[in-house]
Amino acid sequence: MSIGGIDIVTLAAMLMAASTPVLLAATGELVAEKSGVLNLGVEGMMIMGAVAGFAAAVATGSPVLGFVAGALAGALMATLFAFLTQIFLSNQVATGLALTLFGLGLSALIGKGYEGVRPPPTAKLDFGPLADIPVIGPIFFSHDWIVYASVLLVAVVWFVLRYTRAGLILRAVGESHDAAHALGYRVVAVRFAALGFGGAMAGLGGAYLSLVRVPQWTEGMTAGAGWIALAIVVFASWRPWRVLLGAYMFGGITALQLQLQAAGYAIPVHILSMAPYVITIVVLVILSALHRHGVQAAPASLGKSFHASS
Amino acid sequence: MITLIRRPNPSKFWTYATPIVAVIATMFAGGLLFAMLGKHPVEAIRVIFWEPLFGANASYFRGQLLVKAGPLILIAAGLAVGFRAGIWNIGAEGQYIMGALASAWLALHVYPAESHWLFPAMIVLGALGGLLWAMIPALLKVWFGTSEILVSLMLVYVAENLLAYMAFGPLKNPEGFGFPGSRNLQSYPAAHNADLIAGTGLHWGVVTAFVAVIATYILMHRHITGFRIRVAGEAPRAARFAGVIPARLVVFCLGLAGAFAGLAGMFEVSGPSGQITDSFNVGYGFTAIIVAFLGRLHPIGILLAGLLMALTYIGGDMAQLMLGLPSAAIQVFQGMLLFFLLGFDVLTNFRVRLGRRARA
Repeated sequence: MSIGGIDIVTLAAMLMAASTPVLLAATGELVAEKSGVLNLGVEGMMIMGAVAGFAAAVATGSPVLGFVAGALAGALMATLFAFLTQIFLSNQVATGLALTLFGLGLSALIGKGYEGVRPPPTAKLDFGPLADIPVIGPIFFSHDWIVYASVLLVAVVWFVLRYTRAGLILRAVGESHDAAHALGYRVVAVRFAALGFGGAMAGLGGAYLSLVRVPQWTEGMTAGAGWIALAIVVFASWRPWRVLLGAYMFGGITALQLQLQAAGYAIPVHILSMAPYVITIVVLVILSALHRHGVQAAPASLGKSFHASS
Repeated sequence: MITLIRRPNPSKFWTYATPIVAVIATMFAGGLLFAMLGKHPVEAIRVIFWEPLFGANASYFRGQLLVKAGPLILIAAGLAVGFRAGIWNIGAEGQYIMGALASAWLALHVYPAESHWLFPAMIVLGALGGLLWAMIPALLKVWFGTSEILVSLMLVYVAENLLAYMAFGPLKNPEGFGFPGSRNLQSYPAAHNADLIAGTGLHWGVVTAFVAVIATYILMHRHITGFRIRVAGEAPRAARFAGVIPARLVVFCLGLAGAFAGLAGMFEVSGPSGQITDSFNVGYGFTAIIVAFLGRLHPIGILLAGLLMALTYIGGDMAQLMLGLPSAAIQVFQGMLLFFLLGFDVLTNFRVRLGRRARA
């Protein structure tokens, strides 16, 4: 099936893989923001995950260890952010920016020796005969395990936030840190955990980018994916399933844009490459226009510093 | 156990001392980083901070200091006004590119003009390019409440792609033997932003940066608008009662920062860089954010911070040449500086008490 030189099945199959890095990062950021902390350093954590994951996978020959290293690097960066914003009470916006600038620099420094190196391949899961079903097979059953894990992650986050005590505490901290503190919950500890999880997911997303999506290390390779993840959380009105929708929409646009480039349309490459960013802006605008007169979807304490005065 | 107790008023002493403490801490941490890279830490720090100012060939490097500090100070001076009001324009890099593109487009469009009016017209177009690009997040914020952080940042990537498109397409040098990049404005007298005194690095962009420092100082500390901006940042509710209109503030702050960034781009493309290429932008728009914070969002502080940050750029280049220090190490160094600054800032607003938790 093909429309205008674009094969729809290939496009749909590409979509899931193209969305995965942003989906992971956005899901992590969602949890962090639900606890009331705005971490603008997603881009920095992602790129650190990308370089650390790549380096570890090349060194050990195991992509799985690469993903673990990527998640660890992201979590480490997030812990740095947590120390500054939760203990030293620094401004969250400024600290997030610092995290991104620092991450971009440090990753370039670490990645110096890895340009042009090929990482060990990550195998696709074998679904046997399922993968041979026409249309459905290539779209749903032709991916590696991280793709499925990322969808599972969304389900887990949704369940935990909605139905468990831990999720309730997390949301309470995010809605009113003073009330949560008065009830005896440890606001700072909860936020450390949420930020750490967010960082690990961003790092994992970055590692997926450098180990599977590209697969190569190049300086600044995240190219704004972290910022798009932040935009998707806003787009999703802080709801996990909408994060999935937003990430897949974004992935679809990226895949379509790449397919259009490959199909040899007479649109200049650089103009096509703008598309994901322009569409992100358009979607943000539509959403903020819709929410203008509705309820505020953001956690009430988002971006505010917490200092227990008693 | 260490406890923090909020000060009734921010400490005057620590307001001035934190940047200095942060720089010293960064030198130590940076030395550690350089040592891990197998370089002698003291030597590396000396090359970065001493060599460009007082070493051999220092007269050349002092000029380079102005060339690098000019755009940083100009952009940061504009950004700081917005940051004071709690308006986060982090897309200065994009506004910088658009200013450069707009002015270079004009110069190349009328090539080979000899008019004396070309350069002033380019200045106007540069400012306008940055301003209009910044109006996108400003108006979207005012009309729909869209986050200016995300929109201004997304527009950086759009501007970067537009820059590459222009460098490979419409603005490509027709006599460039197929190489990407525009004609060199340095060999186009009517459009060239030359040194005012040859070899000093002092070009119109540097002059504009100094003017911007003075202008923003007057605006922020001697004018009612500056007072409104500061109130809006520190107490938004009080500002509303005092008659501050948030929409106007957003448009003003983003417009000012955009125009300044556009100007910086214009002076860069017509002067030190000379050419529109896909790698024309080198991250001044992002480094300016560090400069603004290091300068405590105060115009005079930004002037000093811009010079210091320019020093790390040039010193970093020298360390790369003399010691083989990777260029990314300097980027890490600058990032660490911002971390230390933000961390130590706790001392400005809080008193640190050692010992048992104090009773409130």
